[in-house]
Amino acid sequence: MATITISLPLPVLPEGWTAEKDFKAVGEVSAATNRSIEPVGPHFLAHARRKRHRRTFSEDDRIQAQENVKSVEDQDAGEISEPEDQVMLQREAKDWKGQDHYAVLGITKYRWRATEDQIKRAHRKKVLKHHPDKKAAAGGTEDDQFFKCIQKATEVLSDPVRRRQYDSVDEAADVEPPTKKQTQKGNFYKLWGPVFAAESRFSKIQPVPQLGNDKSTKEEVDEFYNFWYNFDSWRSFEYLDEDVPDDNESRDQRRHMERKNLNARKKRKTEDSARLRKLVDDALALDERIKKFRQEEHARKNKKRLEREAEQKKAAEDAAKAKEEEAKKQAEKDAAEKAGKADAKKAKEQAKNAVKKNKRVIRGAVKDANYFATSGDASASQIDGALNDVDLLISKQDPDELAAWTAKLDGKKDAVIIKQIFDEEVKTLKDAGKIKDGELKTL
Amino acid sequence: MSDDESQSRVAIGISFGNSYSSIASTNNDGNTIVIANEDGDRQIPSMLSYVSGEEFHGQQAKSQLVRNPTNTVAYFRDFIGQDFKSIDPTPCSGSAHPKAGSDGATFNIKDTEEDSENTRTISEITTRHLKRLQTSASDYLGKGVNAAVITVPTNFTDKQKEALTASAKEAGIEVLQYIHEPVSAVLAYDARPDAKLSDKIVVVVDIGGIRTDVTVIASRGGLYSILATAHDYDVSGAQFDQALMDHFAKEFIKKHKTDPREDKRALAKLKLESEAVKKALSIGTNASFSVESLVSGIDFTSTINRTRFELIGNKYFASISRLALSAVEKAGLDPLDVSEIICSGGSSHTPKVARSLQSAFPEGIPVLAPATSPTSLNPSELAVRGAAIQASLISEFETEDIDQSTHPMVTAAPHLGKAIGILSISGDESSGVFRPLVEAHTPVPVRRTAQIAVPREGGDVLIKICEGVSQIKVSTPAPQPKAEKKDDEDEDSDEDDSEDEPEEVRERVWKAETVLSEAALRGVKKGAKVEVQLDVAADLSVRVTLRQVGDKGGKGLIGNIKGSAKENGHAS
Ligand SMILES: Nc1ncnc2c1ncn2[C@@H]1O[C@H](COP(=O)(O)OP(=O)(O)OP(=O)(O)O)[C@@H](O)[C@H]1O
Ligand SMILES: [Mg+2]
Repeated sequence: MATITISLPLPVLPEGWTAEKDFKAVGEVSAATNRSIEPVGPHFLAHARRKRHRRTFSEDDRIQAQENVKSVEDQDAGEISEPEDQVMLQREAKDWKGQDHYAVLGITKYRWRATEDQIKRAHRKKVLKHHPDKKAAAGGTEDDQFFKCIQKATEVLSDPVRRRQYDSVDEAADVEPPTKKQTQKGNFYKLWGPVFAAESRFSKIQPVPQLGNDKSTKEEVDEFYNFWYNFDSWRSFEYLDEDVPDDNESRDQRRHMERKNLNARKKRKTEDSARLRKLVDDALALDERIKKFRQEEHARKNKKRLEREAEQKKAAEDAAKAKEEEAKKQAEKDAAEKAGKADAKKAKEQAKNAVKKNKRVIRGAVKDANYFATSGDASASQIDGALNDVDLLISKQDPDELAAWTAKLDGKKDAVIIKQIFDEEVKTLKDAGKIKDGELKTL
Repeated sequence: MSDDESQSRVAIGISFGNSYSSIASTNNDGNTIVIANEDGDRQIPSMLSYVSGEEFHGQQAKSQLVRNPTNTVAYFRDFIGQDFKSIDPTPCSGSAHPKAGSDGATFNIKDTEEDSENTRTISEITTRHLKRLQTSASDYLGKGVNAAVITVPTNFTDKQKEALTASAKEAGIEVLQYIHEPVSAVLAYDARPDAKLSDKIVVVVDIGGIRTDVTVIASRGGLYSILATAHDYDVSGAQFDQALMDHFAKEFIKKHKTDPREDKRALAKLKLESEAVKKALSIGTNASFSVESLVSGIDFTSTINRTRFELIGNKYFASISRLALSAVEKAGLDPLDVSEIICSGGSSHTPKVARSLQSAFPEGIPVLAPATSPTSLNPSELAVRGAAIQASLISEFETEDIDQSTHPMVTAAPHLGKAIGILSISGDESSGVFRPLVEAHTPVPVRRTAQIAVPREGGDVLIKICEGVSQIKVSTPAPQPKAEKKDDEDEDSDEDDSEDEPEEVRERVWKAETVLSEAALRGVKKGAKVEVQLDVAADLSVRVTLRQVGDKGGKGLIGNIKGSAKENGHAS
């Protein structure tokens, strides 16, 4: 072989790549298949020379070598052998339209699934057995009726168009849907699965979604019914056409027959669509998964609703609680306020009393100080003047000051001291600007 | 074989079909000559006919199918070495019917001057046929032919070969080797002087007279291995003839109100003339049909054009294409993996057969047939040419030598499951580009060498040897922007959608899989090339040899990847 040229460049060696002697084996070559090289052509001669070079092969080796080579010719796996029904063997070739072509070729277990290759091999097998020359050799009659049936079957089944026409009406491949009762008693998937598998053959779109099982997801089930409600079928019914008379007959007669056939095909097609639709309807109605999904959906929605309701309730409760709390707080506050007010009144009273008492003490002190008369009994005017001054002083003082003043006077009986205390008060008030000169008569 | 013997060995190639046989020889200049018999035919009908003890062969025998069908033996090649129960007598409906003999099929024919039937075995008939071929070849070569390479179908059993060898021996022919018809066809093409040796997947579609065979062959460095076969006994030249017969019969019925197919003699005439018309339509676009006294003295002439023929034969052409595709699938390949299609067998002359194959396979795959390739070889001669070439290659060898070399001990070999190659551009398997050095289905041991470019600046390069698989990438091109919508567009928008559906584009791409080894080649010069040589041994070990091209100093590097199989391992 000539040297191969690759113009795409080799990759740059990655940074840090190392290997002992710059080479490392990493993997192994995948398994090989033993095949036979065809001993043909000049290059094989070279191969043989290399392989045989100064070697002798033992008989064992030789036998083994032969056995190990993968065969490229089809071995008959016996998949095409069905017992032949006596009635079928008696069929007349002219009734070919009514024959079960798959049965004639012995491939009923495949039917529409049979590959072209299987049909060919089945045909050959039948030909080898039923050719009139074979029958004659076996001492039989030269009856070639069944042989002709075989030829017809092959003719139909090996032409893709005609095969579809036949498959369209091959009732033996149908799987009847179970009744409602059967379904309810049995396993829905086991009973309906094969029905849909069989109907799938008519779908233009392949592969076709299948029924699945109770583990199928909602999406799968939805897709399944969606597909089947929009089934695009290649099924057609020309195989059931009534024979159109050939050229000799009148043209009108022919036209009439053709029209009749056309209408019949259309009608059957419509009926078939309706049939399939009903079949899907029935399955859907019996499909527990639909109920299950609905319930689940329901439960999910319910759950949501309950959650929402609970939430609302809680919110309401919370609000009520908050309101209550608020009210309570308010009440407390009110009570406190009320209490406060009472206290204040009391205090006021007390203060008032204290003031009264203090006033009394102060006034008493004035009396004790002989109304500040310097000698002898105080004259009435002296008494009046002194009491007026004291009243003025008292009026200029707040209860605390009064209390402090009273405290100073406490127990003092000496007129001089009392006069001194009063003078101090006067002075303090004067300093504070509360009394002006001249306001006081006696002090 | 002594020197004496081998010197006196005169070997030819023989293709022995059910319908036609051919003989060919390679001359001293190395040219292969397909030999015409005394009638001037290179496609010699495989038929014998006896009239008053006189033996007719080839075309002359075929002509006897009209007058003397019961003493004419035809379509018997596949019966050789078979039990009676395994043969299909269908093709013999218009000639002597096979009977059950003690050892396979026999024919009861009057082949002497006496007016009595004799039972002739398949072996005897075969011997007689081969003798006639031998005589024609000897006459042409001017020396007695005594050896041959004979082509057989891929499903010809050992028992059949033994039987054929015995019959040939009776005729004085030593069978040097049997080679498979499709492989012989590939050899015929590969032996052309301008042919280049390359690794390829070849699909040989052999459409004969009564059978069609498809063979998928991996051609690896000139070594051929069959990957898959498919056989069809229901669609071939005979069905094309039948389609024409039915056509002309209907024409005849229209005019004369009788069905010529119901009369044996008329049927035979109809069949012969239909085959002639079919052949004429391979060259011309029109052909005339003409039979004297078809039924009850009525002469019948008619014409047909090629288009009409292609129409009535279309289901057969389509069926052949499907068969070819199914064989490719059987081989585990995609149609895109196919490098070329060789149309072989006489029916490959029919233009529509080749065209139908051409359109069934991806665009661009060459279909080697007269209608689709101007450089194609005569499809009727491919098998015999290959046989003659093989005969010239081995005729000097001793018989013992040939036997040894064709034994499974020599022919059986492990074939790689996956391609082995290198990563270029990037050392990362996902972003690097895999390039195969050794393709899948290559028998080992094998050596392949490649020269690979280096990065622009040279420097240190990474050589990563991987296994790779070819995959089919399917993509749908973005739909063409729609032409501007008109007002009334809505109504037929449905139609538009389906029409505009862009066609899928399928292409074959390589994907790197298991990394087998990594190596560095350092200091590679700017603009240099690196040579990578892989030697895969029978135990699947690989020797990797690396060097910079032109670097005589030998900074090369050799590494070994351990093998995973025992030599002569088992089939898997
Ligand atoms: N020029 C042609 N055009 C069309 N068909 C042809 C032409 N030449 C030969 N044939 C047809 O090719 C068929 C014979 O093919 P071929 O020579 O390959 O036969 P064969 O190898 O003996 O095949 P088999 O074993 O299948 O009968 C016949 O049907 C014959 O009519
Ligand atoms: Mg052939």
